[in-house]
Amino acid sequence: MYILEIDNLSKYFGGVKAVDDFNMKLEEGSITSIIGPNGAGKTTIFNLITGIYPPTKGSITLHGNSILGLPTYKIVDLGLARTFQNIRLFPNSTVLDNVRAACHDMANYTVLEGFFPSKRRYEQEKRIKERSMALLQTVGLADRAEEIASKLPYGYQRRLEIARALALNPKILLLDEPAAGMNPEESQNLMDFIRKMREKFALTTLLIEHHMEVVMSLSDYITVVDFGKTIATGTPKEVQNNPEVIKAYLGYGDKK
Amino acid sequence: MTIYIQGIVYLFSINLISVMGLSLLTGFTGSFCFGQAGFMAVGAYTSGMLTKLVGWPLWLGIICGALAGALISIPIGLPTLKLKGDYFAIATLGFAEAVRLILENLQQYTGGARGIPGIETMDSPLPVLILALLIYILIRFYVSSTHGRSCIAIREDEMAANCIGINSPRMKTISFFVNGLLAGLAGALLAHYVGFIQPSMFGMAKSTELIIMVIFGGMHSVTGALFSTIILTSLPELLRAASIWRLVAYGLLVVIIMVVRPEGLLGSWELSPNNLKAIWNNLFNRKQSAREGN
Repeated sequence: MYILEIDNLSKYFGGVKAVDDFNMKLEEGSITSIIGPNGAGKTTIFNLITGIYPPTKGSITLHGNSILGLPTYKIVDLGLARTFQNIRLFPNSTVLDNVRAACHDMANYTVLEGFFPSKRRYEQEKRIKERSMALLQTVGLADRAEEIASKLPYGYQRRLEIARALALNPKILLLDEPAAGMNPEESQNLMDFIRKMREKFALTTLLIEHHMEVVMSLSDYITVVDFGKTIATGTPKEVQNNPEVIKAYLGYGDKK
Repeated sequence: MTIYIQGIVYLFSINLISVMGLSLLTGFTGSFCFGQAGFMAVGAYTSGMLTKLVGWPLWLGIICGALAGALISIPIGLPTLKLKGDYFAIATLGFAEAVRLILENLQQYTGGARGIPGIETMDSPLPVLILALLIYILIRFYVSSTHGRSCIAIREDEMAANCIGINSPRMKTISFFVNGLLAGLAGALLAHYVGFIQPSMFGMAKSTELIIMVIFGGMHSVTGALFSTIILTSLPELLRAASIWRLVAYGLLVVIIMVVRPEGLLGSWELSPNNLKAIWNNLFNRKQSAREGN
């Protein structure tokens, strides 16, 4: 049983086929990567899965139920969380409030109750704070909880965005270039962190990444896209030896 | 209390009620509303006409005025709240101007540009002041609730907010509804303070005045909006001796604040026991360290 199945997913922007007949099946608990040259349509795939764009055609099913046409917030409620390539935090909020905002499901007091103090509210807010602090602890930001998010160093902002996504208790986590702009040591830390998160939260992870050492060492499966088309899928080893992939990345060779 | 002071207290309380709605909608939810006077006009005319022409009691008229402001916000909000930034501001501006022109042209009911005179007035500003301060406290509770955090998330980055499962159309509609309710209430109270309403009281100048109060005090602070309402309501009165120059002073003060402190008077600072304690400690420690320096 696959947790997420994508069939013949396509997105055309006018004449541009950003994504063209994309297929993918995610095994529960696996780490799968989408790789491909710049402009291959990887982020568009994420935007289609999270309902930010409506697809031109194709289907996306989560746990066997179609999520096509659902608004983003409902898809997220079904257990899908993501981060963004160009980090999208709530910049003027504190680190703690960034995570707390994602814990809104833990509070069930009504909007009307929001205008008044109550014991129920106090207790729920206390639990939200404890959980947020625990998550910040996991990503190593607990001592920066009161800082303004946009003032954090870049690497920490990435971690905070992941913490915010984890606060949603997702079953599937979509990470869009989490290692972008990181040096080898930082991306090594990130890899360890992603592995740890998989164990701890029983996550299925879908990753877009350009750092090949990150992709090859982390992934169970890899899908390679180029100009919106899927050109290869398989284990890291299979993909590495695929002539189509070599061609997409390195161009045509003289001898082959 | 002299009539003069009473008048200032009335005006401050009424402005504060309207500004609290705007602070939630524009300051905390990030939807820039330039048509606050339109919602106030709806509240003012509803209450004014119900009490004067139908003969309903004053308190019932005021409640109906507030409800009218809230109800009109739903058909206005549903199509416009998905507009981004400037477009939403222009849509609300258009709404307010439309309300003003409709009131001017429905002469047989609203008296047209001449307005409605002889509306029942209130006896004392005290209940209005208490109500306004109570609303300040309620809004403070709301913005620190989980729903308030959702509003702030939408203001900061709506797409990211959707991606953490926040139903942004719903939260924005709620903020718009609460703003409509408070603007309608403020409008109704204004009608029963002045005792006379006409469309020109609810023009763009009024909307601008109210949005300036929110920005001046600090978009991210309810307390800032409270302080700036105190300052900007009383300043023209304090400078009455300077006659026409007081408007120049008003404008100058707003420009200076925007240049020197773009985040507004208080930024995102709120009045709370903890924050007051922090200031106290700060002052105390500074004195102490200065002494150590000597």
